[in-house]
Amino acid sequence: MSVFTREQVNNLVDGKLDWDTTLRMLQTPKDKERFELYLSVLQDKVSWKDKIILPLGPHLYIVQSQSSGQWVNKCSCGHEFGDYKHNWKMDAAIYVRDTPEAMQEIYPELMAPDTDWQVYREYYCPECGILHDVEAPTPWYPVIHDFEPDIESFYKNWLGIPVPDRAD
Amino acid sequence: MNMMSMKQVGLGNLLGNGLTLKAHRDAVLARTKESGYYNALEKLDFKESDPISYEKMFSRLRGGLVHARETAKKIAASPIVEQEGELCFTLYNAAGDCILTSTGIIIHVGTMGAAIKYMIENDWETNPGINPGDMFTNNDCSIGNVHPCDIATIVPIFWEGKLIGWVGGVTHVIDTGAISPGSMSTGQTSRFGDGYMTTCRKTGVNDEPLRDWLHESQRSTRTPKYLILDERTRIAGCHMIRQLVEEVVESEGVEAFDKFAYEIIEEGRRGLQSRLKDMTIPGVYRKVAFVDVPYNHEDVQLTASYAKMNTIMHAPTELTIRPDATWRMNFEGGSRWCWHSFNANQVAFTSGIWVMLTQTLVPTQRINDGAYYATEFNIPKGTWMNPDDRRTAHSDAWHYLVSAWTGMWRAMSQSYFSRGYLEEVNAGNGNTSNWLQGGGINQDGEIHAVNSFETAATGTGACAVKDGLNHAAAVWNPEGDMGDIEIWEMAEPLLFMGRNVKANSGGYGKYRGGCGLETLRMVWHAQDWTMFFSGNGYMNSDWGLMGGYPAATGYRFEAHNTDLKARIEQKLSIPLGADSNPSEPDYERHISATAQIKRDKQCMTTETIFEDHDLYLNYIRGGPGFGDPLDREPAAIARDLNNRFVLPEFARKVYGAVIEQDDDGNWVVNSEKTTVRRAEIRKERLQRAVPTREWMKEERERILTKSASVQVRHMYSTSFALSEKFTNEFKQFWDLPQEWSLPESELGVPSFGSTYRNDISEMPGVSTIVLVDE
Repeated sequence: MSVFTREQVNNLVDGKLDWDTTLRMLQTPKDKERFELYLSVLQDKVSWKDKIILPLGPHLYIVQSQSSGQWVNKCSCGHEFGDYKHNWKMDAAIYVRDTPEAMQEIYPELMAPDTDWQVYREYYCPECGILHDVEAPTPWYPVIHDFEPDIESFYKNWLGIPVPDRAD
Repeated sequence: MNMMSMKQVGLGNLLGNGLTLKAHRDAVLARTKESGYYNALEKLDFKESDPISYEKMFSRLRGGLVHARETAKKIAASPIVEQEGELCFTLYNAAGDCILTSTGIIIHVGTMGAAIKYMIENDWETNPGINPGDMFTNNDCSIGNVHPCDIATIVPIFWEGKLIGWVGGVTHVIDTGAISPGSMSTGQTSRFGDGYMTTCRKTGVNDEPLRDWLHESQRSTRTPKYLILDERTRIAGCHMIRQLVEEVVESEGVEAFDKFAYEIIEEGRRGLQSRLKDMTIPGVYRKVAFVDVPYNHEDVQLTASYAKMNTIMHAPTELTIRPDATWRMNFEGGSRWCWHSFNANQVAFTSGIWVMLTQTLVPTQRINDGAYYATEFNIPKGTWMNPDDRRTAHSDAWHYLVSAWTGMWRAMSQSYFSRGYLEEVNAGNGNTSNWLQGGGINQDGEIHAVNSFETAATGTGACAVKDGLNHAAAVWNPEGDMGDIEIWEMAEPLLFMGRNVKANSGGYGKYRGGCGLETLRMVWHAQDWTMFFSGNGYMNSDWGLMGGYPAATGYRFEAHNTDLKARIEQKLSIPLGADSNPSEPDYERHISATAQIKRDKQCMTTETIFEDHDLYLNYIRGGPGFGDPLDREPAAIARDLNNRFVLPEFARKVYGAVIEQDDDGNWVVNSEKTTVRRAEIRKERLQRAVPTREWMKEERERILTKSASVQVRHMYSTSFALSEKFTNEFKQFWDLPQEWSLPESELGVPSFGSTYRNDISEMPGVSTIVLVDE
C-alpha cells in the first residue's frame, strides 16, 4: 500500500495531482489514512470553522455545527440545509427544465431530452447559486434522497477513529 | 435390444463420490447457507498451508485463460470478435460455480454458469448424458443468456473418469436468424422472433461437432461462415483450457486442484467484502435510471399491434452497505417487461453488474462467483430484468442494461468521493449506442448481416479529478475499441465519409464526460441492403454526478435518393466529416434538395431499405459530467473549443465562459471576465429557481390531475402494479389521497400481457435457476 502526503491529497482535491501519482493511487491498495488527510485538506479550504464530518459533494458537507453541536448539511458558502439525516434537496432552490426552450439553452437541436419523457431538476444553494446536483428523471419522480451514510459505523468500526460528538 | 445400456446413456457416478451433480451442488449451497462461508470453507487449508503452490496454480490457470482467449480470438472472422474482443472463457468447478475467468466480456461468468447449473438441476447427467469429449451449446435467454447472439460452448473436464470442472467459451456472433439482420434485432415482440435459440444442447461428442447441429445451426443464420468460425473459436479456446487443467492436475495433483476450485471462490467472497470495507462507506444509497422505448412511430414496423406504443423502462436502485461489509442491491419498483426486445433475464442483469464492478470496486484478476456469494440481490419477478413470462424478447437487452447500471456507478462514486478516493470516481457509463445494424446481400454478393461495434468506444463518465475519456470504452467490454475503418469497410458495404469526435456529446461539468464519436457511412456496392437504428433519443440514460450534467441524447440522420453518384462524377462537394452542430446542419448543403432526409430523435427503427449512395450517421454517445460546470477551468474550456469538443454557444451559456478568437482563429477564454460572468449566472440561477417545496406543490397538482405523457404514466403504472412498496413510497412522498391510483386499464394503450402470464418454470420437467430474491 502506498502512503500519500497531505500535499498530494491537496493536489488531488484541486485536480492538479501529477498523473504518475494519480495512477499509483489507482493501482495500489487504498490508503486508509486518506480520509483524515482529505478532511484536513477540505477544512482548510472552507471559510467557516464547523468541523467537516463527511464530504457529500465538491461544495456540500455534513458538518458538526460549531454553535449547536448538531450535525447539519452545509454548503461551502456557509449556507446550512438542516439536519444531516434530512434530504438537503428539499431545502434547496430548484429550477426544472421541463420545456423544449429550457432544454435548448444547454444543448444543440436534437441533442436534448424530449421533456414529454424526461426533465432536468437543477438543485442550487439558495444563498450562493452553486449547482449541487442535476436530477434527470421522468416527470412526477419523487425527489431522491441519494445517500444516508452510517457515519458512526464508518468512523468507529471501519476506520477506528473517534466519532465526533453530536447534539440532537 | 434396441435400447442403450445405462452405461451407454451416460448415467454414472460422474463425481466418483456417490453423489449426482445435483446432490453435490445442493450440498455446496446448503453448506454455504448454513456456515456463511462458501462450501463451509471457514479455513482455506490449501491457501494457508501451501500459499506458493496455491498462487502458482492461480497464475497458471488465469494466465492460461487469458492466453486461450487471445489465441482463439485470431480464429474468428467476425470483426465483432476479432476486432472488438467480444469473447471470453471461464473455468468452473463441478458445481458450476466460476473459479476464474479470462479478460473480455465477463458478464458471461454468470451466464455460462447459469447454463451449467441448468444442466445440473435438470439432470443432463441422465439424459442426454455428460461424457468426456462432449460439447454443449447454449444461447437461451430464459436460462440467463443476455441475448441470443451470445453463443456459449461448454465442455466438461474429466480426470481419470471423474468430472472435475467445466470450461465455457462465449462469442458474440453476428447473426442468429432473428426477424431482422444483425445480432441485436429490434422489431420482434417476443422470443419467437428473437432468432435461433439452443438450450444447453449436446452439440458435440469426442471433441467433434455433431453433423445435425452443424447443418441446422448454419442454415438458421444469415451468416453461416461467421457462425462456424466463431464456433471453432470457442471450441479451440475451451480445448486449450481443458488441456491446461489436465497439465495442472498432472503436475499438482487432482486433490490440490479440487481444493483450489472451491477455496478460490471463498477467497473471492472475502475479497469483495474486504474491498467494500476498504473503499466505501456503510449506509443506504438511492439512485435511478431510465431509457426510452419509442415504438409508436411510423419507422418502427412491428409484428403485433399491441406492441405499438411508447413506454419508459425504469430501474430504481437501492444499495445498502451494512456495517459488517455485506451488501444488498434492491431493484424493487422496476417497470414490467414489455413487448419489445430490451428485456433481460435476472442472471444477465446481475452478472452484468460484475462487469461494471470489475472496472471500479474489484479491478482484480480474481473475479469469480465469490463476489456473487457476497451479494444479495432483490429483483422482483415480473420486472423487465426478471420477466415472469416465457414469451419475452431479449435480443437488444443492452439497450437498457447499460442504462440501468448507471445508478450503481453513481452510488459507488458517492462512496469514493466521500472517502477521499477521488481518483476512483466515475459519473457513470455512457449509453452504448447507436447500434448500426442491418443486412441483405453485400458487396461480395452474399447474404450478410452487420452490427457495427463502433459503439464499443463510447465516451466515459467524468472523474472527480479529470475529464472522462473521449470515444474510449463500453461498460460491457472494458477493452472496447471502435475498430479499424479498413476492417469495417471489408465487413460492411458502407464507406466511411467521416469519423470524428462528436461535439457537445459529453456531459457538462467541472470535469466533463468523454465525448462520443460520429461516423458518416455511405452505402456502396451493396445489392439489397437494409439498416436500422437502435439507441436512446428522447431520453438520456445516464445522469451527471454532483452538479454535472448527463451526456447529450442521441438523434438520427439518414438520407435516401441522394444525388451523390452524380455529384461524385461531377466532382461537386459531398457530405464529409462531422455533423458538428445539428442546429446548423451542413450535410444537407451537399445533397440534392430532392433527397429524402430523416433528421429527428427517433433512434429506434426497424429495417429500412438503403440504396447505394444513401447515407447513415452512426453517432456514438458521450459520457456524463461531474461537478458544477461553472467550476471548470478556463484553460480546459479553451482546449475543448479548439479541439471542437464543445460548441462556442454552449461554452458561453453552460460554462459561463467569455470567449473570443485570436488572429489565428484559436479560441481564448478571458479568465477575469469569465469570473464576473459566472457570478452573474449564479444570480440568474436563483432568480429563475423556486424553493423545492414550492415546486413540489405544483408537481403534486400535476400528479393529481394525471398530467403527463402516456409513456410516463405507463411506466409508473407498471411499476405500481409490481411493487406495493414503490407505490406507497410514491404516494407518501407526494401526499396523495389514499384513493389515488394509476391502473394500466385507464391509459388507453394496449395492455396485452399485463394480466395473464406464463413463466418458463411452469413448463413440464423444467427446474429454473433462481439466483436472486424475487
